[in-house]
Amino acid sequence: MLMLMSCKREERALVTQSPSLEMQRSRYEVNVASNGESARIKTWFDRNSWSMAQGKQLYDAYNCVGCHAHGGGGMGPPLMDEKWIYGSEPQQIYGSIVYGRPNGMPSFHGKIPDSQVWPIVAYVRSMSGLADQSAANPRDDHMKGPLPPSSVPESTPHEVSLPESAEQPR
Amino acid sequence: MHYIGLMHVSLLVLRILTRASLLLALLASAATAQPSAEDGQWTMPAKNFQNTRYSALDQIKIDNAKNLRVAWTFSTGVNRGQEAAPIVVGDTMFLVTPYPNILYALDLKNKGAVKWKFEPQPAAAAQGVACCDVVNRGCVFDKGKIFFNTLDDNVCALDAATGKSLWKTKVGEINRGETMTMVPLVVHDKVLVGNSGGEFGVRGWLTALDTNSGQIVWRAYSTGPDSDCLIGPEFKPFYESERGKDLGVKTWPPERWQIGGGTVWGWISYDAGANLIFYGTGNPAPWNPELRPGDNKWTCGVFARNPDTGQAQWFYQWNPHDEFAHDGVSENIIVDLSIGGSAVASAVPSGNNNSDALRTAHTTASAMRKVLISAQRNGYVYVLDRLTGQVLSADPFIRITASKGVDLKTGRIINNEEKTPQIGKVIRDVAPASAGGKDWQPCAWSPRTNLLYIPHQNLAMDYEAVEASYIEGTPYLGANIKMYANGGGKRGEYCAWDSVRRKKVWAIPEEFPVWSGTLATAGDVTFYGTMEGFFKAVNARTGEPLWQFKTESGIVGQPTTFLGPDGRQYVAVLSGVGGWAGAVVSADLDTRDPTAALGFANAMKDLPQVTAKGGTLYVFALP
Repeated sequence: MLMLMSCKREERALVTQSPSLEMQRSRYEVNVASNGESARIKTWFDRNSWSMAQGKQLYDAYNCVGCHAHGGGGMGPPLMDEKWIYGSEPQQIYGSIVYGRPNGMPSFHGKIPDSQVWPIVAYVRSMSGLADQSAANPRDDHMKGPLPPSSVPESTPHEVSLPESAEQPR
Repeated sequence: MHYIGLMHVSLLVLRILTRASLLLALLASAATAQPSAEDGQWTMPAKNFQNTRYSALDQIKIDNAKNLRVAWTFSTGVNRGQEAAPIVVGDTMFLVTPYPNILYALDLKNKGAVKWKFEPQPAAAAQGVACCDVVNRGCVFDKGKIFFNTLDDNVCALDAATGKSLWKTKVGEINRGETMTMVPLVVHDKVLVGNSGGEFGVRGWLTALDTNSGQIVWRAYSTGPDSDCLIGPEFKPFYESERGKDLGVKTWPPERWQIGGGTVWGWISYDAGANLIFYGTGNPAPWNPELRPGDNKWTCGVFARNPDTGQAQWFYQWNPHDEFAHDGVSENIIVDLSIGGSAVASAVPSGNNNSDALRTAHTTASAMRKVLISAQRNGYVYVLDRLTGQVLSADPFIRITASKGVDLKTGRIINNEEKTPQIGKVIRDVAPASAGGKDWQPCAWSPRTNLLYIPHQNLAMDYEAVEASYIEGTPYLGANIKMYANGGGKRGEYCAWDSVRRKKVWAIPEEFPVWSGTLATAGDVTFYGTMEGFFKAVNARTGEPLWQFKTESGIVGQPTTFLGPDGRQYVAVLSGVGGWAGAVVSADLDTRDPTAALGFANAMKDLPQVTAKGGTLYVFALP
């Protein structure tokens, strides 16, 4: 049922201007419905500069910047390097944001609407060159930080595991 | 070269001192009542209630320190910032690791073999709300029990002989952003503990728990109504600006005190004669000061309280309406100093520490004063009358641009209006940076030299105030920061400060912030560590380097010294880089982003080239 609904909405997504909240929601639904669609979702968000610009603002507004800084990290791990503790795929980053992760990443479930999570995902991916560079933010609006995402060379993500000492599952 | 220059200056100073020695014997003889007779132990990280970190052991001296060598080592198994002090009780050493806060008891009769260990299993999620690496600053011993805090806000009491858990009390909530990193102090069978989390908009407090039951006896908040802050009829602050009802509410925009910071994550000292404890409060939240007009009491100040009831006796605010996260949590060292009378001191504007008039005045009007000495994050060494809270002097120990001095009539710091943060504007060259002239790393004070030994950094910053939104359990900051060396100098320094003459006597510049603690001994040797990993012994009188040893990782821990079961003097320190300054290494941060680690990364870009993670205890002795 959800699949059918999603497929139907998928047709509307061919519109190329700024996506409405409705449209973004539909992307989300497709994604949770079927991982097979994830490649298409990735392509869509990673190429949408409007969405990534939104993502950058939301990244500040939801205090992601407090822990991850402008990609270099602090209380949380860096996002601009090629290391990904919990995966670099859009749905994995989505999962980290919405459900949280056991070593300190809080769950933003109920705090960030899903329609805003995907733009944040796209912006986060752009920090390490995983998003389309022609769509990535070309400049920083604040004090000179790291290179803007559009200038970041493409990287190859690799999975890392936390040191034993950090793993304390309860 | 810089160092040699300073040596010349210090030698000159010494010559002057020698010439005036007779006079000095009278006027600066100083000092405090000696800490209770030296028993060769080190039972609390600050060594004693006065927080002097001075040991009367003197086997290791100026002329033999060069022979120090490793006696034994011990891996903590945790590769994060090792800020704890290894403490010694009898023939046992106790140390607590960074998260996951493992407490080890090591056998001094058997080269540090593990007697027992205790794993409190703190919640893993606590790592995400620790602002500045997942550090722990140590455990404390009292009457057969070991007390320490866990990152997830539990106070633990263990049987020191067996490691058996006696009680465990949860006193905070990580989901609000509260953690605990500080060292408890035990006074009159009460464990005094405070919270961390000023970067998350938590509400700061100091809490007393019964050492036997673990029950909370009292809690004094740093913001809010007088009743919550344990401010009552006994409260008699020295300055007018600290007087009035419910200032912890009225000096804030409506309701903002509830998320206003003022956490108590530093040191507590205790004057048994006056029965007063002294401790500092952290920065107000959020960092961006435009979002919280007012003095934001009782953040960024020092409280004197009765340890039995928690009732406040006085308060002094280092930074009313703090602008740059200059927490007021530095240790307040208790000494009795022979300094000018209050009339003399308050007539001399601060910063004028070369005044001949002042020196003359000292020679004629000096008197023994019961004081606190505190090298604060805002860059001043303060001397306060500890019975009244009056500021006797406040002098810069680094280059300062954020303020222009301290008005000794009103007690109020004079902020530099050119550096006042405004949303959307980048303020350049704010000194000291938010990490301060000195951060958590505690000073030592020697009654033999009457000098304060200050391990510290020398950093300035660019500061951009931005909007901040409060989301429970996430950072509440509103500032972008980028730190760098202050005034083109080196990023760190270890110096000796004369609190009577109000000046630096000697200084050793260091490439990186000196993020370790220090100690002083009756052998006139002081010790500290560098972030490259060198553990150093220094002539306490001249600053002459005596010995150094390269450990496996950067040092950010607190050295201690003790008499071993074999009657020899040992010196111990944890090696393992981390903390706020070392997070670029311990948390694998990406220094291409200058704002990483709350802006500290920009100043530490080259740290990964000189050190890597570690976690090892080193114990040194003479052959």
